[in-house]
Amino acid sequence: MDLEDYRRRARVWLEANAPQARVEGTPDAGGVAAAKAFMAELYDAGYSGITWPAEWGGQGLTQAEERAFAAEAARFTLPTYVFSIGLGMCGPTLVDLGTDEQRRRYVRPLLRGEEIWCQLFSEPGAGSDVAALQTRAVPTDGGWVVDGQKVWTSVAQNADWGLLLTRTDVDVPKHKGLTMFIVDMHAPGVTVRPLRDMTGRAHFNEIFFDGVHIPAENLVGQVGGGWSCAVTTLLHERLSIAGGVGMSGQKDNPVAFEALRESADTGDPLVRDQLVELYVRSRALALFNQRLSQETKAGIFPGARGSAAKLLLAELTLFQADLASSLAGPEAVAHSGAEGDGGARLAHSLALAPAMALGGGTNEIMRNIVGERVLNLPPEPRTDKNVPFKDLKTSGGPAS
Amino acid sequence: MKLVLTPEQRELREAVRGFLSGASPLPAVRAAMDSETGYDPAVYRRLNGELGLSGLIVPEEYGGAGAGFAELAVALEETGAALLPGPFLATTAAAIALTQLQTPDKELLGGIAEGRVTAAFAPASGVTAGTADGDGRAALSGTVPHLLNGLDADVLLVEAAAPDGPVLVAVEAGGAGVAREALTTLDPTRRQARVTFDGSPGRILSGADEAGLARARDLLAVAVAAEQLGVLRASLDAIVAYSKIRVAFNRLIGSYQGVKHKLADMHCKLEQAESVVRYAAWTADEAPGELPAAAALAQVYLGRACFEVARDSLLLHGGIGFTWEHDAHLFYKRAKADEVLLGPPRAHRTRLADLLEL
Repeated sequence: MDLEDYRRRARVWLEANAPQARVEGTPDAGGVAAAKAFMAELYDAGYSGITWPAEWGGQGLTQAEERAFAAEAARFTLPTYVFSIGLGMCGPTLVDLGTDEQRRRYVRPLLRGEEIWCQLFSEPGAGSDVAALQTRAVPTDGGWVVDGQKVWTSVAQNADWGLLLTRTDVDVPKHKGLTMFIVDMHAPGVTVRPLRDMTGRAHFNEIFFDGVHIPAENLVGQVGGGWSCAVTTLLHERLSIAGGVGMSGQKDNPVAFEALRESADTGDPLVRDQLVELYVRSRALALFNQRLSQETKAGIFPGARGSAAKLLLAELTLFQADLASSLAGPEAVAHSGAEGDGGARLAHSLALAPAMALGGGTNEIMRNIVGERVLNLPPEPRTDKNVPFKDLKTSGGPAS
Repeated sequence: MKLVLTPEQRELREAVRGFLSGASPLPAVRAAMDSETGYDPAVYRRLNGELGLSGLIVPEEYGGAGAGFAELAVALEETGAALLPGPFLATTAAAIALTQLQTPDKELLGGIAEGRVTAAFAPASGVTAGTADGDGRAALSGTVPHLLNGLDADVLLVEAAAPDGPVLVAVEAGGAGVAREALTTLDPTRRQARVTFDGSPGRILSGADEAGLARARDLLAVAVAAEQLGVLRASLDAIVAYSKIRVAFNRLIGSYQGVKHKLADMHCKLEQAESVVRYAAWTADEAPGELPAAAALAQVYLGRACFEVARDSLLLHGGIGFTWEHDAHLFYKRAKADEVLLGPPRAHRTRLADLLEL
């Protein structure tokens, strides 16, 4: 089947199936059930895991098909939000680093939306410096016992499984004592509490682990090898954020260029020029993302350059929310309160805008990564690299 | 859409880069800019003889290589990065205009492809062409206030206003009624002239139409953007290299976030700039309908990004960057000269707004 044909069929399928499946915001239980039903249809139609290996349940196709589908899907808002962490981070990590048994067990249900995944790295005392995390995993009969706290965990309230990064050795330097596991989010001792963010909604959670048992076969990679596993996950995260793998496009984004060109007064030359600026920034970043994906297809691994794309997206997100609310004037900050009110949507976009510059690594961390791993600049002086973890200063309580 | 270079295009890049690093390193650029002509004719001859660059986009039937804009962009990026003085960009601009004619001018294209003729192109000049005798001759009147390489070009191609619409007129630069006055340029690596025509006889090139001339202007915008990409890249490379050897407070300056984060932002501009240029070159070769907006986008994005990166590169060098002997100011000046070469930046922004139907 040629690409045009593939794209045409994707369009036909989306037109028949996508609009009915619309879900707004953070889904409730009914929303999650509907999203799962949609995901199963999407998978059965062959549009979930388009580039993932066929032997683990993917479609085994190329970036070209994925782009073709994404281009069509951009016209719809697909209810794929609760699956975004699994599709963008956990799944790709398992495909890269999991055992065959793990790939067999987890990848297909993830792609089909039968099981929802979350990612458990950050802690109250370990944000940008995630390798400073303190959640302990201690060996026990047939597995491990986990105690600690995680935070900023998107979709944890709906998740069946989590990709968990723990400390298994405090006597070695911080990056060497980490281990990754697959954790059952329904296991005894796991407590999920929604965390209200600055939008007023609970987009993420804090998670408490109290004596949670993890079976030995849920180890991902090597004991003590958790940092390199986490780097793999974070790389996928930045690429997926930057590339917008979440599949829902800019169509309904009230602060994107396409929306503003309809609402703003382009008779005013200042407004017109501000829209040109937004267009130029949006287009330049979109082209950069397309170039990265073409390079990947040509066998040039983008590596840390994905962090540049993520940084640019964070800045664009802040810029366009700022611009849109300034163009709108008073209605952006005081509105009727009705859901779907133009002002309400602008206010929400403005309140949500900082998320992109903080989640998945702050802009400052992205700049460090671009500087050190793309430009090969000399590293920050580090006082923590060769010191046993138990001897380091920590935030939020003692190290061990 | 092709945004990644092919192996052949990468080879071309290596060939041009290798040639320029040997034949025209920055000390040679400085020697050339202080010379009477402002450039080294021997380097320009070799550029055309060994690499065939002046004929790169000239069709093969007229003695050129028949390459596309993707290839031209690769070459211009390298000549930009090297701050190559001389008539390469101006002659390329003329070749662009000539290739848009419905009936190509064999003599001029052949001369350019061979490297025998240097030329300059004045798009939408405001010069008027009187065509009283109706035999393809025109008498030009008016002034081109800033013409790149106007002083050393053999032939001037002027988009002039005639009674029946715009025409492209070829004028012998040394011909009667042509007064060329050297301007003092901010960018010492490339010269400009003020050219006044006073009833100057010229030859109306047949087959010029409004659409072809408009396309020539868009293609020129893409070509300049490719040069700007090279200037941007070289400015960034210079400061990245310096920040790995310069020590302050017992640390390499590149280890300070105050420097590192700025360099990261400059790298982000480079990534987007390259993507925009590859896209614009692709539209020139493959998607004529998208070319006008892509060309305007390329000028809006590259003009700013190139100047900002050249400026920040200079600043991050510290005081040495402000000296005449350091090269940072040459990039800074070329970046500004390029940003306004095709008109003030607002003109590109307005054109983009028009094309987007804002």
